[in-house]
Amino acid sequence: MSSVGTEAPVTEATSHEEETGLWSWITTVDHKRIAIMYFVTATFFFFVGGVKALAIRVQLMFPEQTLITPEVYNQFFTMHGTTMIFLVAMPMAVAFFNYVVPLQIGARDVAFPRLNALSYWVFLFGGLYLNSSFLFGAAPHASWVGYATLTMPEFSPGQNTNFWLIGLSILGIASIAGGVNFITTIINMRAPGMKLMRMPLFTWMTFVTSFLLITAIPVIGVALIYLGFDRIFGTVFFQPTGGGDPVLWQHLFWLFGHPEVYILILPAFGVISDVIPTFSKKPLFGYPIVVYAGLLIGFIGWGVWSHHMFTVGLGPIADSFFVAATMIIAIPTGVKIFNWIATMWGGSLKFTTAMLFAVGLVAVFTVGGLSGIMHASAPVNLQQHDSYFIVAHFHYVIVGGAMMGLWAGLYYWFPKVRGRFLDETLGKWHFWTTMIGFNLTFFPMHFAGIFGMPRRIYTYSADLNVDIYNQLSTIGAFIFAISAVIMVWNLVKSWRSGEKASANPWGAPHLEWSMPSPPHHYNFPGIPQVQSREPLWNKGERESILAVTMEEPESEPVMPNPSYWPILLAASITLVWALVMTGIWWVIVLGFLPVLFCIFKWGMEPAFPEGH
Amino acid sequence: MRKRAAELRRMIGGERDGAGLGARLVALLALPLLMVGCAEDYPQSTISPHTDFAEIIHSLYVSIFWWTMLILAVVWVLLAWVLVKYRRKSEDEEPKQIRGHLGLEIGWTVGPALIVIAIAIPTIQAVFATQRPVSDDAMLVEVTGHQFWWEFHYPEQGVTTANELWLPVDRPVSLRLESSDVIHSFWVPKLGGKRDVNPVPAVREGQDPKYNWLYFTPLETGVYMGQCAEFCGQSHALMAKRVIVASEDEFEDWVDRWFASEGAAPQEAPSEEEVELQMAGDVEEEEAVDQQVPRDEDPMVAMGRDAFLNSTCIACHAVEGTSAQGIIAPNLTLFGTRRTLAAGIMENNQENLVRWIKDPQGIKAQVAMPGTEYEGGNWPATGLSDEEVEAIAAYLLSLK
Repeated sequence: MSSVGTEAPVTEATSHEEETGLWSWITTVDHKRIAIMYFVTATFFFFVGGVKALAIRVQLMFPEQTLITPEVYNQFFTMHGTTMIFLVAMPMAVAFFNYVVPLQIGARDVAFPRLNALSYWVFLFGGLYLNSSFLFGAAPHASWVGYATLTMPEFSPGQNTNFWLIGLSILGIASIAGGVNFITTIINMRAPGMKLMRMPLFTWMTFVTSFLLITAIPVIGVALIYLGFDRIFGTVFFQPTGGGDPVLWQHLFWLFGHPEVYILILPAFGVISDVIPTFSKKPLFGYPIVVYAGLLIGFIGWGVWSHHMFTVGLGPIADSFFVAATMIIAIPTGVKIFNWIATMWGGSLKFTTAMLFAVGLVAVFTVGGLSGIMHASAPVNLQQHDSYFIVAHFHYVIVGGAMMGLWAGLYYWFPKVRGRFLDETLGKWHFWTTMIGFNLTFFPMHFAGIFGMPRRIYTYSADLNVDIYNQLSTIGAFIFAISAVIMVWNLVKSWRSGEKASANPWGAPHLEWSMPSPPHHYNFPGIPQVQSREPLWNKGERESILAVTMEEPESEPVMPNPSYWPILLAASITLVWALVMTGIWWVIVLGFLPVLFCIFKWGMEPAFPEGH
Repeated sequence: MRKRAAELRRMIGGERDGAGLGARLVALLALPLLMVGCAEDYPQSTISPHTDFAEIIHSLYVSIFWWTMLILAVVWVLLAWVLVKYRRKSEDEEPKQIRGHLGLEIGWTVGPALIVIAIAIPTIQAVFATQRPVSDDAMLVEVTGHQFWWEFHYPEQGVTTANELWLPVDRPVSLRLESSDVIHSFWVPKLGGKRDVNPVPAVREGQDPKYNWLYFTPLETGVYMGQCAEFCGQSHALMAKRVIVASEDEFEDWVDRWFASEGAAPQEAPSEEEVELQMAGDVEEEEAVDQQVPRDEDPMVAMGRDAFLNSTCIACHAVEGTSAQGIIAPNLTLFGTRRTLAAGIMENNQENLVRWIKDPQGIKAQVAMPGTEYEGGNWPATGLSDEEVEAIAAYLLSLK
């Protein structure tokens, strides 16, 4: 699946009824196609961010190396972090939201199909815009957290930081639109009988994550607008010389940044809460507890942001509050771990690649969670903050948690998407190279940090005696890179010639496995009636559902029109943001004209074919 | 102070014995981590405390470390057991469909809750214990972070030095932290945790500016390594420092030598008259000061002094007792006693110093110091000849 456009999948079941070709992908509003585009794009950016990680690891393999200049190094680690979070982990989760949620809840598409397409195109253009900064030699260089006053014009002249703040602003539009779409979809479009407490866990976690998206992204939006005003129009929100406070930036950033951590991790928790029961032949242990734990994490996630700021000097009272809140949020996370283990207890475990990744998550995410408890203790944090210990911690959480979960989901749902399995042998190679490479890269970083190696340094003194840990990390990073190549190889190979998969090849319990693989473009010929949490595991219920979902309908359900306004609107939104870089007000105002034009044409365009 | 730290450590149970086979096994695995940390091989080790502040943190870390190892052991052992025991033996297996168990849910909610309470209580006690002045007679040092070096001002002694902080052993210190540009972070791991060095926002008249503070009492003499821990720009990696914890006598001797470094200033603190005279900028006085040269001096040093005091160097740098009174760059008094150069990044010797004076930006990107042939930090190239540079280096290294 190297290129979506030129290799539009011709699928046996739907080829007679669905257009193919580049234009059909550009104008598509089908959530399944949008999901595939999200996944391919996020995987592309995974390599873009990964190459930077390898460059960083080569530079740090030995002390006092000068392979890359400090400026380039700073651009690389800034864009590595920004790319992996905003262009890989988030959109890859959104790819799964898109593909799976409508199928899991018995809907034919999301609530706002064109808005969904807009989200994708804005994400793509925002990501390209952000990376285009390298072409101008002006890539962002103030780290992914962009602390003031380092981002102020006198310390970061040029367009580097403007690319960053504008790029993230553009991407935020995609996230907010996506969040609105999934909340609406999940609330309104569930099949009859699918009560909230019958929803699969993945849909539940999508629901919670979507609320976090629409509430957290505006916070960084505000921060970025302040920053843009400080940089481009000379305000002093974060300028201490003018009475502004650089610490305000940190509060705003982490008020977004901590919910963001849960935006990354909750979808993965959702995936493995579906995968583990399927391959254990047992329902999820403590379903309501796992749901409530997810909700609780979503809520408390809003009250812990200053644990990123224990060194800032907020005073003992604030520090103590955030210590307590952070300790509390560890509890529901631990509860989830125990429930997953209890689900497997007494089950019949089948170690497919999907299950291996899910179990791998439970094993390694726990390490990241526990190192998190260490620096949740504010005094201990004073030693670990901004050291490689923290780098180890959050990679265990984001790679060992979020990415492992999404890869579990990839192997789990691929047969539904393509009607073919991903190769299990290559899959096991993918899993084991990931486990070895990942742990070899990030575990030694704990030691580098404990022995005083700060993060975000382009080189380190030989006196620190941390060479060996850095060398292990570098070797691990290359093994990890090999695992990513194996994954893509597997995707390409299996997309073309994987073993054929049936409608429900894993014997899974949820609705997405009730229609043929791959699904019709309208998903459900008839909308099924749901009576339980595991509809396909109850014999009578299964038969009544399959009777409507596997039938060829007498007349095809009417689906929304394709539209090219989403891509045009996304392009004009990107353009107007890019024009902000000029700092000339009338140029920016003129830039709004195409946006308004596209919105008008969008509004006038019929969403459905005539007569419906 | 030792007593207080020891008490706190006991209170938070840092000296508990690991119990049970599981804990012992984990202890064995973790032993290298705990042991190597004590060796002198790791000059920035975070687990080798040499102040009361660092000891409080360390004992807290040790107790939390064991709690987390306990949890990790439980999770991994359970997981391994489940994965082995319940792997699928035949496709026909129909496991019992268990949906949950209230007692278990309560158990694994309350259990972890008790552990986090056991961690949170001593944590909060330590938060309060470490964020107040150690005592009233603490020595104040005003620390200013610059891109990319450290300035240390001792109001009590009237000394302003750079990159190497001298402290007397066993006397409590209060570090007042402020940045002149971007956010830095003061971190000398063996002396305790880091604290951000923020630019202090301007305040209205009558309001107090908000500074950050670090409080600790050094417990052992020695040289401690640290470096900036908040990303501060291109040469963030090259913003290191040393803290020299000396005996009280050595410290006082260092302060005395500070004012006697060029043989001009009195052994004791300068009298008011002299200060006034210097401040008045009386030319004759300055010349008199500059010409007080020991007779048996190396001619190279004399030439270097001359070149230094007649160069643009003195617009930014100061040497106590001379006409060099610049305040925007590191104070070079007693430069010859410094172990390191350019904010702790290389050994302080003739060769390195010559290289640095000629080409500072080649060594440290974005440094605000001009080279001999290029401008820097809004200052023109110094235009010094190779000979002059050699002499200036010799002169600076003679300042002991």
